[in-house]
Amino acid sequence: MNAHEIDQQTLLQNERDPLTHTPVHLLSLEGVGKHYGNIIALSDVTMAVDNGRVTCVLGDNGAGKSTLIKIIAGLHQHDAGVLNIMGEERKFSSPRDALDAGIATVYQDLAVVPLMPIWRNFFLGSELTSGFGPFKSMDVEKMKAITLKELAEMGIDLRDVEQPIGQLSGGERQCVAIARAVYFGAKVLILDEPTAALGVKQSGVVLRYILQARDRGLGVIFITHNPHHAFPVGDRFLLLKRGKSIGYYDKKDITLDELTAQMAGGAELAELAHELEQLGGHSDVVKAVQAEVADVTHSTETPKETGPRHA
Amino acid sequence: MTITQTKIASPAADERVAKRNPLQKLLGRPEVGALVGAIVLFVFFALVSPTFTQPNALATILYGSSTIGIMAVGVSLLMIGGEFDLSTGVAVISSALTASMFSWYFSTNVWVGVLLALLVSLGIGFINGWILMKTKLPSFIVTLATFLMLTGLNLGLTRLIGGSVSSPSISNMDGFDTARGVFASAVNIAGIEVKITVFIWIALVAVATWVLMRTRVGNWIFAVGGDENAARAVGVPVKATKIGLFMGVGFCGWVLGMHNLFAFDTVQSGEGVGNEFLYIIAAVIGGCLLTGGYGSAIGGAIGAFIFGMANKGIVYAQWNPDWFKFFLGLMLLLATIVNLIVKRRAELK
Repeated sequence: MNAHEIDQQTLLQNERDPLTHTPVHLLSLEGVGKHYGNIIALSDVTMAVDNGRVTCVLGDNGAGKSTLIKIIAGLHQHDAGVLNIMGEERKFSSPRDALDAGIATVYQDLAVVPLMPIWRNFFLGSELTSGFGPFKSMDVEKMKAITLKELAEMGIDLRDVEQPIGQLSGGERQCVAIARAVYFGAKVLILDEPTAALGVKQSGVVLRYILQARDRGLGVIFITHNPHHAFPVGDRFLLLKRGKSIGYYDKKDITLDELTAQMAGGAELAELAHELEQLGGHSDVVKAVQAEVADVTHSTETPKETGPRHA
Repeated sequence: MTITQTKIASPAADERVAKRNPLQKLLGRPEVGALVGAIVLFVFFALVSPTFTQPNALATILYGSSTIGIMAVGVSLLMIGGEFDLSTGVAVISSALTASMFSWYFSTNVWVGVLLALLVSLGIGFINGWILMKTKLPSFIVTLATFLMLTGLNLGLTRLIGGSVSSPSISNMDGFDTARGVFASAVNIAGIEVKITVFIWIALVAVATWVLMRTRVGNWIFAVGGDENAARAVGVPVKATKIGLFMGVGFCGWVLGMHNLFAFDTVQSGEGVGNEFLYIIAAVIGGCLLTGGYGSAIGGAIGAFIFGMANKGIVYAQWNPDWFKFFLGLMLLLATIVNLIVKRRAELK
């Protein structure tokens, strides 16, 4: 199914309160957990994804972000809690399984084959064919035309889709991967740290693609450790720390400063500033960290009407 | 819904793309290095030896090329798929021995043996691929083990069943003549006898090229060789593709094994050792990357043709054939360096 065919009218049906569980979410997790042997990688995570909404998953390294997306993408299976797709409980046994359910993942390492032409990468695993039986062949011209068109709609204007995808920049490759997911009718798009390896400008470009995917009616899960990237595009935010959920907010209930504070932990940041000072760190750096601490403490001290809401 | 068109692809970027004119596009093809090499070699031998360009000599060269080239088709595809197979040389002999020993021992029509040999060849390929995917060991180790085991089985079983180091002659058995017609006859074209293997070779190259360039499976072959994990993540059946590639090599081995059997009617059980490298060399000279993800079936065919030209050309030029191996090694080195440069350029941003 083509994403264009998604009925625009149905997209915003959950407008009133996206955090409640009625009516059904596109995708929702309830108390999901995962352990590898005796190591608990993830426990009691609850979140939801809806059409035309961006759910951000924030956390530092080792917070359990990767485990979470691997469960949703079908690479691992959760062993506690419930994963619902359109209200139906599911457990994916393979990435193919998740793809068939409309969940597409754009991995950090991109999942593109650098030596292959762009159009071959675009249709990899879902090639268009014509003909019958053993004489079934790929519809190359059509695939090239579609690749060109879809990328143009995403804002990348390529003349030659025959060039190896390895020749594109990191941001452009992200774009190809996103455009691919959108074209193949993904309902849920998981983006695993798409901005982690990019410069400021390229990150901005990728953030815009995220909004475009959202506007096309996809439910987007945006994994990042950068609140400055998450806040402008996100509709709700799940914060992870050491495999546990430390907060789940709707955008109207949280500010960027609060998000940053929750992410970094105000006390830890203050300690870091102190430590840097003692070590005789460069005064400018220390000042910068101290300024950040002041920022953070200021924002956390402001009384909050809405605490962390667990849906 | 409005989508803001932006200038990510600046005019400068477009110009860069536009610069890839047809000539440069051609130079970007994997087999172009081999093609240039083949032309240079052909002209060279044509100048050195007048007999080289005689139609009969060309037919002989093509025949020599085809016996390498048939295998190079399967080996090239396998190499594009990121694996290689050291058991091919002896697997050819295993296939021929199976056909001849079975039909001789049970006194059946040779076609029964031929079909059994097909199953055995595909089975060897399947086992190679299956063990590889199950254990995740490098294909070097897995197929080296298969190579050794098959070498032993060829010698051991042939002696056990036939009591000799070669298979018994089957030339007077039922079905031999029709099988020879299919696998080891010659076609007369304008007074020149061209061996049927040349046509089988060309047909196999055509089919393999079509599969690679125009089918889903071809796309998967490039993908599993280029980046196995990426391929798996977008839903490519990696296991089935790789096992299928090994079975494809098995099929090519069967074709060549049957040719060997019906051309000479007996098979030496100790033969075939070392031939696996010739097939790999043909594929590599033809532009297939040892690391996978890049190459073409036509490249493998050109590699085999270079091999055939060098092999026979040295004889026609009346040189000492001792130099052949040196020459082959040099070709291999040059070809690999060219491939390396191509890959670096392709991966460059």
